[in-house]
Parts: sequence; C-alpha cells; structure tokens
Amino acid sequence: MRMMASIKQNHRPIPIALPDLRNLGVQLRVLVLANAMAAIAAVLRSNSMSETWQELLQISAAMQPVLLASMLALFSIHRQLAKLSYRLGIVAVFMLVLSLTALAHVAAAWLFGPEFVPSLLRMWFFSAIMTGILLVYFNLRGRALSPAITEARLQALQARIRPHFLFNAINAVLSLIRSDPRRAETALEDMADLFRVLMADNRQLIPLQSEINLCQQYLALEKLRLGGRLRVTWKLDSVPMDALIPPLVLQPLLENAVYHGIEPLAEGGEIDIRLYRSRNEIHLLLNNPYRKGGDHHHGNKMALSNIRERLALHFDAEAQLKTKVTDYLYEVHIVIPYRTEP
Amino acid sequence: MNELHALRILIADDEAPARNRLRELLAEIPGTVIIGEARNGMEALRLAEQALPNVMLLDIRMPGMDGIEAAGHAQILSPPPAVIFTTAYDTYAMQAFELSAVDYLLKPIRLERLANALKKARALLPEQLNEIRRLRPQRTHFSVSERGRILLIPLADVIYLRAELKYLTVRTREREYLIDESLTHIEEEFSDLFVRLHRNCLAARTFILGFEKRHEADGESHWVALLKDVPDILPVSRRQQHIVHEITG
Repeated sequence: MRMMASIKQNHRPIPIALPDLRNLGVQLRVLVLANAMAAIAAVLRSNSMSETWQELLQISAAMQPVLLASMLALFSIHRQLAKLSYRLGIVAVFMLVLSLTALAHVAAAWLFGPEFVPSLLRMWFFSAIMTGILLVYFNLRGRALSPAITEARLQALQARIRPHFLFNAINAVLSLIRSDPRRAETALEDMADLFRVLMADNRQLIPLQSEINLCQQYLALEKLRLGGRLRVTWKLDSVPMDALIPPLVLQPLLENAVYHGIEPLAEGGEIDIRLYRSRNEIHLLLNNPYRKGGDHHHGNKMALSNIRERLALHFDAEAQLKTKVTDYLYEVHIVIPYRTEP
Repeated sequence: MNELHALRILIADDEAPARNRLRELLAEIPGTVIIGEARNGMEALRLAEQALPNVMLLDIRMPGMDGIEAAGHAQILSPPPAVIFTTAYDTYAMQAFELSAVDYLLKPIRLERLANALKKARALLPEQLNEIRRLRPQRTHFSVSERGRILLIPLADVIYLRAELKYLTVRTREREYLIDESLTHIEEEFSDLFVRLHRNCLAARTFILGFEKRHEADGESHWVALLKDVPDILPVSRRQQHIVHEITG
C-alpha cells in the first residue's frame, strides 16, 4: 500500500503556477529582486560611485512606476489569471507588463519631455528581461518548494499524535466497556474519526469547522480520562467557519496544553481557545495554565516548530505563530490570512 | 486463600478510568485485595503508611508527586512494599526499568501480565531506586520514617543539610531531621538548589542571607554564612570561599 502510494505521487504532474501576488512573501521577493537587478544595471553602466547613484536614480524613476503598476494590475486580475493555463498566463503577464511600460513611456515623455525619457525599445527590453527573470525565478522556486520536496516536508511534518495519548485513551475506553458500554462506543467512534484524520493525506487546507470538530472529538476523549480536571472554553466570536487552515494546527496545540498544562495539576485547569477574524486575518489564541519548571518543553517545542514550518509552507510570510509565557499562563497566538475555498 | 493471606494492593493513578480498569482486573485475580486507591504519589504514601500494602501499583506520571518519587519514599516503610509501575508510554522509563529489572506494566494492562507481575513482585533494591531516580530530574521531598510513618520534608523548606557520622541532618525552620542519604548525591541531584559551604555542609541558596567575616582569637579569620529564619551560623571552608563572591556578586 505504502509503495503504491509513493509511486503514484511521483507520477503526479508537477503543477507550476504563476506566483500569487496576493501573498506578502511574493510581493517582497518581486520588489527586492527587481531593485537588485536595477542596482546591478546601474553598477554596470557607470564608472564611479557617484555615477552609480545617478544611474540608479534614473533607472528607478523609470522602473518603479512600471513595477508597482504591474504588481497592482496583476494583483487585481489574479482571479482571471488563475483560470488560464501556465503558458497563457505567462503570455498575459508579458503583455500586461509591456503595455504598462509603453503607457509609462508615453506618460513620462508627456510629463518631462521626450529627451529625458529612455527610448521605448530600451524600456521594453528592460521590462521584458526583468519579467522573464522573475518568472523563471518563481518557476524554479515553485519547483524546489512545491512538488516532491514540499510534499515530502509536509508529509514528514504531518502532526503525529503522542503515543502517550493513544495508549491512555485505549486504556480509558477499556475501563468503560463493562461499566458503560454506550460511552465506550462513543469514545471508540471519536477515536476512529481522530485517527482517520491523522492518517489522511493532510497536505490540503481544510475549513476551520472541520478542525474545530476534530478538536472537540479529541477533547471528549481526554475528558474521559481527566474528568473534571479538564475544563475547556471555546470563544468563537463570529469567526468565519469557512476560513481555510492547514489541518491539525489546533489539535496538537490542545494536546500540548493537556499534557503540559492540565495533567501536571492535581486540581486540573482551564484551556481557553479564542478564534476571531480581524480584517483579513484569522487569529487563533490558546491559553493554558503553566507552572514553571516541570518536565516541559522538548515535546512542546517540537510540535510548535512543526506547526510553524507547515504554516510557512502554506502561507509563507503571511502566517505567524507566537508564544508567550507569564507566571501562570502559557499562550500560543497564530495569525493566518483569511482564505476561503475559491 | 482467605482475606488474611491475600495480597494487599494499593493502586495509585491520577486517572479515574485507569484506576477503574485495575480494579476490574484485580477482581479477577484470586488472592488479591485492594486496600486503597490514590490519585497521586502523596496520597499513595499516606495510604501506604496506614494500610501497609504488600504491593503498590504506581502510575509514573501523576501530578504533585509522581510514581517514581513515591516508590522511593515508600521503601522506608517496614516492611517495604513491592512496587510495580504502570505507564502508557515512556521510552526512557521503559529502558531504565529493563536495565534495573524493575517491574512495570504497559497500559492498556493485560490480565495475565498483571497476575504475573503480582506473583513475582518484590520491594525495590537501593541500586534499582538510584537507577530509576535518574528518570525524574528532581525529587520534591526528602523522606524520613518516624514511628512507622513517612515524614515528607518539602525541598523548599530545607535550609541546610549537614553530614553527621552516618546520617545527614536536615534543617528546616521548625526542626531537624535525620535522613539516610549521602551529601554528594544530594549535591549532584540538586545542584541548582544547594551550594556547598563546607566539606560536611550544603545550604539552600534561597536561605542564604549573606556572609560575614569572623576573626578568631588566634588572629585567623574566616567567612560564615548567615541564614534566613534560623539563628544558626554556617562556617564557609577556605576551599569554598569563592562561593561568597559568587552568591553576593
């Protein structure tokens, strides 16, 4: 089975797509690369430091408006672009950039007089080279990150449940079979659902609602063992349930909270989960009691860096994971961009 | 077998279903009687000193005091109870147990395994205890036996420890206790809590108020440590004088 699955994956066509300009990381990369290329051009065309500055200013003056206008235009038509094939998409991008370059040329000639503006051919040449280099860069980056390698990373990063939880949960269910067969049934059903998700292919984003359901099943199982010691409050102030998140982002955090926050306390404690939307971001906030010292940390750090890495693979620079420790509380705060199923 | 000769068993686990499961299994093993159920190590010790079990079934990971520490303290009872640890999953613990031949059961626990373990259960040897204590970075208490009871001395209350012939004197605000341990082991185990002032003395860092130079009649002078809450004065040996600067900065 395993073999089959992996063979199938290797034959999957490599989906190369145009860079998504809605992504902050992509925007930054475009700006940095374009300006770096402008700087190189300036250095090549000049003999001294002061001349370089002069050149850079000139190139920038011609380039920045075209660059920003192109990014804005591509940003606003990303929906239409996404529907095209990769080849057609490239043609569209070139056409758009070149026509904006021509527009900039005409505008600049009208504003400053034709003698101060580089010839249209030179500007076209420069724009075309820059667009070409950027597209090649994103193509290569996409190849490096997306298919085999990212998939392997994501697969390796798939959140794993702690064996500690698995065996304790089985033990708890066993103890119910004689005394409370109905609860044992529910518990086994919850466990089946949980493991179905854990063993599934977890590389696609899922709606928030599914993750929350999964978390509730997980918590029901923990409640079986811990009884009144585990108290959970959900605050879902109008968070859109269709927001897409990587699967198993919240559940491992809850598992950490139970293992490090609740289990070490004889009297138990409260886990507080708050989800909300702020402008175009979804915030996930999780609090649990925390006592300094104790057998913390190694497992916790592993789970956190795992989640952090998966967020980065899915959302690049747009997602964040922060943790905060106060005297009695441990807090994890995740921010992801609000995306829905197209 | 009648009640009198039955194996007296104490269960300790912080999870109710886990205790429930053990109860169900033990009900099927003839010649056993459960004399108490505890939710953590501390409760287990309180029950053990009253009911003197033959066997303690201890979960390793419990809040407050864990199973390994409780097992250690329970060994000063006489007769010391046999100990069987239970654990869901803990690679390190399993390895340590294998190495030191300490009995343990993996959850979910099987009836035959439990019956078998009970048959050969015995008290922990001091070497075994030392071996498995390494699993838990630090104990939370010292223990002394007094008239068949286990007195637990919270580490946070210990002001200093002084070696006296065979025993160690443990000083707390209220009184002194004698414990049967080695100063060197304690220094290693709690290097962050205690600092060595003298060949025969460890003092708790948090209880050191400051240091003072004392002049002897013969013209020699040496440092002494002043302590919070007790009037006792501890001499600092020449070899340990660097401590004075380390602590007072």
